Amino acid sequence: MSHLGILEPGSRHDLRVGISPDAPDEGQLPDEGEGAFGYAHSYETASRYDGPGLRVVLFLSGCLLRCSYCHNPDTWHLKDGTYISAQQVIDRLAGFAPALRALNGGLTISGGEPMVQLAFTRRILAAAKQMGLHAAIETSGYLGDRVDDKYLENLDLVLLDIKSSDPQTYRAVTGRDLDPTLRFAERLAAMGKPVWVRFTLVPGFTDDPANVEGIARFVAPMKNVEWVEVQPFHQLGAFKWKAMKLEYKHVDTPTPTPDLIERVFEQFQNAGCNVR
Amino acid sequence: MEGSVGLKERQQKDCWRDFKAGDWRRAIDVRDFIIRNVSPYSGDESFLVGSTARTKAVWAKLQPYFEAERKKGVLDVDAKSPSNLLAHDAGYIDRDNEVIVGLQTDQPFKRAIFPYGGLRMVETGLKAAGFEPDPLVHEAFTKYRKSHNDGVFDAYTPEIMKCRKAAIITGLPDAYGRGRIIGDYRRVALYGIDRLCEAKRAERAQIDDMWPTDEIIRSREELAEQMRALDDLAEMAKRYDCDIARPAANAQEAVQWTYLAYLGAIKEANGAAMSIGRVSSFLDIYIERDLREGALDEAGAQELWDQLVQKLRIVRFLRTPDYDALFSGDPYWATECVGGMGLNGDTLVTRSSYRMLHTLTNLGPAPEPNMTVLWSKSLPESFKHYCIRVSRETSSLQYENDDLMRPFWGDDYGIACCVSAMRLGKQMQFFGARVNLAKALLYAINGGRDEVSGEQVAPPALPVNGEYLDYDDVVAKFDATMEWLARTYVHAMNCIHYMHDKYFYERLEFALHDRDMLRTMAFGIAGLSVVADSLAAIKYGKIRIVRDDRGLAVDYVNESEAPVPQFGNNDDRVDSIAAGLVTSFMNMLRKHPTYRNAVHTQSVLTITSNVVYGKATGNTPDGRRKGEPFGPGANPMHGRDSHGWLASCLSVAKLPYRDSQDGISYTVSVAPQKAHLSDAELISEAAKAFDMYFGAGGFHMNLNVIDKETLEDAMANPDKYPQLTIRVSGYAVNFIRLTREQQQDVISRTFHGQV
Ligand code: SF4
Repeated sequence: MSHLGILEPGSRHDLRVGISPDAPDEGQLPDEGEGAFGYAHSYETASRYDGPGLRVVLFLSGCLLRCSYCHNPDTWHLKDGTYISAQQVIDRLAGFAPALRALNGGLTISGGEPMVQLAFTRRILAAAKQMGLHAAIETSGYLGDRVDDKYLENLDLVLLDIKSSDPQTYRAVTGRDLDPTLRFAERLAAMGKPVWVRFTLVPGFTDDPANVEGIARFVAPMKNVEWVEVQPFHQLGAFKWKAMKLEYKHVDTPTPTPDLIERVFEQFQNAGCNVR
Repeated sequence: MEGSVGLKERQQKDCWRDFKAGDWRRAIDVRDFIIRNVSPYSGDESFLVGSTARTKAVWAKLQPYFEAERKKGVLDVDAKSPSNLLAHDAGYIDRDNEVIVGLQTDQPFKRAIFPYGGLRMVETGLKAAGFEPDPLVHEAFTKYRKSHNDGVFDAYTPEIMKCRKAAIITGLPDAYGRGRIIGDYRRVALYGIDRLCEAKRAERAQIDDMWPTDEIIRSREELAEQMRALDDLAEMAKRYDCDIARPAANAQEAVQWTYLAYLGAIKEANGAAMSIGRVSSFLDIYIERDLREGALDEAGAQELWDQLVQKLRIVRFLRTPDYDALFSGDPYWATECVGGMGLNGDTLVTRSSYRMLHTLTNLGPAPEPNMTVLWSKSLPESFKHYCIRVSRETSSLQYENDDLMRPFWGDDYGIACCVSAMRLGKQMQFFGARVNLAKALLYAINGGRDEVSGEQVAPPALPVNGEYLDYDDVVAKFDATMEWLARTYVHAMNCIHYMHDKYFYERLEFALHDRDMLRTMAFGIAGLSVVADSLAAIKYGKIRIVRDDRGLAVDYVNESEAPVPQFGNNDDRVDSIAAGLVTSFMNMLRKHPTYRNAVHTQSVLTITSNVVYGKATGNTPDGRRKGEPFGPGANPMHGRDSHGWLASCLSVAKLPYRDSQDGISYTVSVAPQKAHLSDAELISEAAKAFDMYFGAGGFHMNLNVIDKETLEDAMANPDKYPQLTIRVSGYAVNFIRLTREQQQDVISRTFHGQV
């Protein structure tokens, strides 16, 4: 049992490691309980990037992927997060709710991977909906099979990271299988759940024209996909890899050139996606 | 006799032609005139035009002065003639092209001296600027004439002297002009000097029958001084060929008369802050009339504003190095308020509100005049959007909550300095700088001894004895220290303003007030977030004391693992401590009677003095290091508001205005964040964010919009930007700590435009 902590202070930019040493392994999916407690990395207010309007973004700990360019490797393990109560999160959120409503925004749960802590996020999302907030999660979709339709009812939007359309590339970049993500995307499409697809453009890794083409073709027919957002790779998370003594593959990876970004945009556009 | 009265009436009628009549004709009531005659404007800025050739010519003449001043500092001083309305001949920049005339002395950028405030300040200032003090002035103000400064020090007690020296009560106006008094300069344009004198004579006649108590005698003398000042002002105006005995007859005269009145004020007093008030929508009434009559076109209207602002940008006072350390950048706070709503529900935004802000585009951004937007949820949307555009381009606007102030001060108040609201012509304040609350907390822990010098400053009390700080114990001791501080502070302020009224009375500014005005005594606190965070650290952490060989607590170590709440994160556990401090210190101040029965008020404002206060203050229990600057005003300590501006501004919005009626200052710097929004959407989202913050009770917002040029400059000169924080896709980073490549990346990312 971890020591009950407080979600204060610090931003997503702060490195957090080994805060809850007794936490279970994220692979053990410790979410079948009530969800009264969970592990969080940090939160931010005033994001205009992670969904419509102004948003509070809650970054949870725990992820089963190991993306080679991940800019928050200190969110991979539950033990690196702070053990907090859902009630505390909900109370904090309530303090922002009037402002978020006034600015047509809401809550986005990101990570890490929100679906690692299903019961915990279910609770928080339900509370957010009760406050009249727009609710979203940002997910890789890898654990999509685990959520029931009821879970999705409390979501107004899914920010779905599709890192690659090619199973080999996906495995090389994330260490996991692509299939679950595609299945999840199709399920969301079938139920008409609004989705923004996010694609991280990493030169030399995910920029292959065929890879981009594959995502574009997969996504284009889906009417629920409102946007495809291209996120150019950056080095701002590199310091965390160094501090955690992890082997970082992207020391020499450049940020995408304007030309490359332009090409990728065109690929999505030509396939019929709303890209930005 | 009959004939001249008839002439005067005809003249007045002519000057007031086409204005809607009302009470303002029978009594001095500028507000009534405005409400009856103003033309609210809810359109956009598309009507605005650039500067005229004349304006550009004057501006070109001034550039070499600005440049020389940047290099050399003070360019010139008249060390011989103590300033007053008639001390200097008329002066010009470029006589043929000046539409609005009048300088503080006979030359632009030649500063004047004000020895009535205190000779020492004058002589120190002169020497620091490389000029010789004048022996005659020295003789006059040592042998024959006492100054405000001399008077105050005759009345100060040893305890007050100690507090001053220890920098627990600082910045007091005991050696220079107190400022923060706004004459209703518009009265001169609307009524002319003759009519104003008549009103003053009537005010005087009413009290001639009253028994001469101290207050009545003082009032009589003051009214006599005021009438003399009005005569002198008319004489000064004559030197510029302006007959201000009568009302202004057109827009040019209205701007000119108003400016001459303001100019008179800055010739008579060197107050720390010399606001101009709220002139834009008043003067707009004259401009609208001239436009109707075909006597003026838009270029001519803008020219009046541009040229008025040029004059307001070259106001200069001689200050000392100490003063400059407190308030860097030679400020004088010629604050002008634009916008706001009338009590009748109509907006007070006029085309001239736009024209005033547009001077920032025509003449380039500048801190003076200190443009203050009175924000209301009900302002026309297009005006809100225009203000935000101007902010984004110039970072030169501050915003204050009209919806919060209107119930207190009506719809014709101005802002003195940065955040002090006062009804124009009907209210003044006794300015009182601020006390260092963080130091007071350390005194409480150390039994009244100064944590730096070790000297006993506050009365000896039991210091904290144990190894750890106990919340209840510290709060009890801190309360006692604050009680002592409040008493000493009110005491000092009473001495100061008694002497200021006596030796350095602002006769012209008060001539442009009603006789029976509301007086407030404006106290202030610095270090609020440091104290709130310290108390929260003591309550939620485990703070061990480190003592030196004098037995003084000089450092604090938090041994608790748990993070402690910090002000600026919308966390009630600490925000309520901050709000409670504001209320409790205010109530302590209220216990002590004030000079002239002034109403106690308080501000949470430091301007740039947060650096100096920080320098003088030892380590604090919140982990702030000795010498580290405080957060400015009501700002959270830098970097501790780690969850973004929303959390930060909601914390500040919780501080209670009713217990801080002299204002709560909050500065926020934002870089345009990457967002998938069009420009128009971004602007309208920002307007909604303002509505949200002010709706939540926020009082003030000093908005810095960090632009690409700033970031590029920060790359080249990192030393200039130690605290520049920027946000990129949800990341907050200290800009200068990034590598060069990352900086470039951030710039291209942030300013990528809207894909
Ligand atoms: S899914 Fe997200 S959090 Fe998990 S490793 Fe990949 S980038 Fe990092």
